[in-house]
Amino acid sequence: MEDILIALEIMGLGMLGIFVVILLIIGVVSVLTRLSQPRADSDSAPD
Amino acid sequence: MDFLLSGLLAITWQQLIMYLIGALLIYLAIKKGFEPALLMPMGFGAILVNLPFSGVLDQTLQGGIASNGIIQWLFETTIEASEALPILLFIGIGAMIDFGPLLSNPKMMVFGAAAQFGIFFSLMVATMMGFDLLDAAAIASVAAADGPTALLVSQIFKSKYVGAIAVAAYSYMALVPIVQPFAIKLVTTKKERLIRMPYNPRNISKTTRILFPIIVTIIAGLIAPMSVSLVGFLMFGNLLRECGVLNSLSQTAQNEFANIITLLLGLTISFSMKADQFVNLETILIMCLGLLGFVMDTIGGVLCAKIMNLFLPQGKKINPMIGGAGISAFPMSARVIQKMALKEDNQNHLLMHAIGANVSGQIGSVLAGGILLNLIPALIGG
Repeated sequence: MEDILIALEIMGLGMLGIFVVILLIIGVVSVLTRLSQPRADSDSAPD
Repeated sequence: MDFLLSGLLAITWQQLIMYLIGALLIYLAIKKGFEPALLMPMGFGAILVNLPFSGVLDQTLQGGIASNGIIQWLFETTIEASEALPILLFIGIGAMIDFGPLLSNPKMMVFGAAAQFGIFFSLMVATMMGFDLLDAAAIASVAAADGPTALLVSQIFKSKYVGAIAVAAYSYMALVPIVQPFAIKLVTTKKERLIRMPYNPRNISKTTRILFPIIVTIIAGLIAPMSVSLVGFLMFGNLLRECGVLNSLSQTAQNEFANIITLLLGLTISFSMKADQFVNLETILIMCLGLLGFVMDTIGGVLCAKIMNLFLPQGKKINPMIGGAGISAFPMSARVIQKMALKEDNQNHLLMHAIGANVSGQIGSVLAGGILLNLIPALIGG
C-alpha cells in the first residue's frame, strides 16, 4: 500500500515536473522567437 | 565422444523458447521491417547467449581456466558500468532532429509533456501488480517509447527485467501504426478528427536554433538534474547539427556513429535475454504493461488537446490527434497522425503540426526518464 501511495505521488510530481520544464521552455522559446522577429516584420511592413 | 554431445544434451526447454524468440525478432526485423537495426542484432544475440556453455559469456572451463565472453564484457562495461551506449546514442538522435517545426509553433511542446502520462500510469499499475518501485519504474519507462531512456532507467535502477524491457521498448516502437490509431479513435469523435489546422511557419533565426538546445539543457538540468545525461547528450547532438560549423561531425553523428552504437547496443542487450532471466511470467506482464503505457501516452496527449480546445476560439482549435503525436517514436507517430487525418479528410494536412508535437515527445520522454531517476530514490529514501 505504501508503494502505491508513493507511485501516486510520483505520478503527480512527475507530470507536474515535466509540465513545468516544458512550459518554461515554451516561454523562453517564445521570447527568443519574438526577439528575432521584429526586423523581419518591419522590413515587410507597408509604408 | 561425449564432448560432441555435451552442448546438445545441455539445452533446456527455456533455451529452446529463447531460440524461437530470437528467430521471431529476426523475422520481425527482416520480413516486417520492425526496427531492424535493433531487433536483428537482439534476435541473433538472444540465440548466441542461450547456446549451452556459450563462448560469448564468461565461462570457467575444466581445470579452472577462466574464459571471458565478448557479449558479457560489452554489457558489463558499456551498459552496466557506465550506461555509455544508450547515452551516446542520444548524440546521434539529437543530430537527426530538426526542431524547426516545434520552434515555429512552440505550443505543440505541451503535447510532449502530456503524452508522457502513460509512463506514470503504468508505474502505478505495475506497483499495484506487486512489482517493487524500482522495477515498476524501469517497466514504466517502456512507455517512454524511447529505447535508450528505457535502458538507462532500468540499468540505473538495477532492474532484473532489462531484457524484457529492451525487447518491449524497441518492438512496441514498431507497433505505433497499430496501437496509436486504436487509442486515438477510442477517445475522439469523427468531428474532432476532421478539425483542420492551417500551418503558417515562421522563420526561425539561426540564433534561436543554436540557443534552443543550450536553454533546454539548462532548464531541464536545473529542475531534474538526473535528466542531464539524457537531455544534455540529445541537445549536444542537436547543437552539432545547428551550429553550422561542424557539418561533418553532425553527419557522422547522424550516420556512422549512430549506426555503430545501435549495432553494438542490440548485441549487447541480448546479454539480458538469457533464458533463466527471460522465460517467466513477469516478461509477459512487462509486455502487457508496456502496451498499456503506450495506449495511455496517446490518450494523455489527445485529452490534453481536447482540454486546450475548451479554451480556444473557433478556427484556432487543435485537432486532438496531434496530441497523440507527443510520444517519442519519431517520426513514426507524426506520420501515423498525418495518415489518419488524410483518411478522414483528404485535404487535411497535419504533418508539420504532428512533427512539432513528435519532436517535443523526444524531449518529454528523456525528461520523464530523468524525473523518474530523481524522484524515486528521493521518495524511497525519504
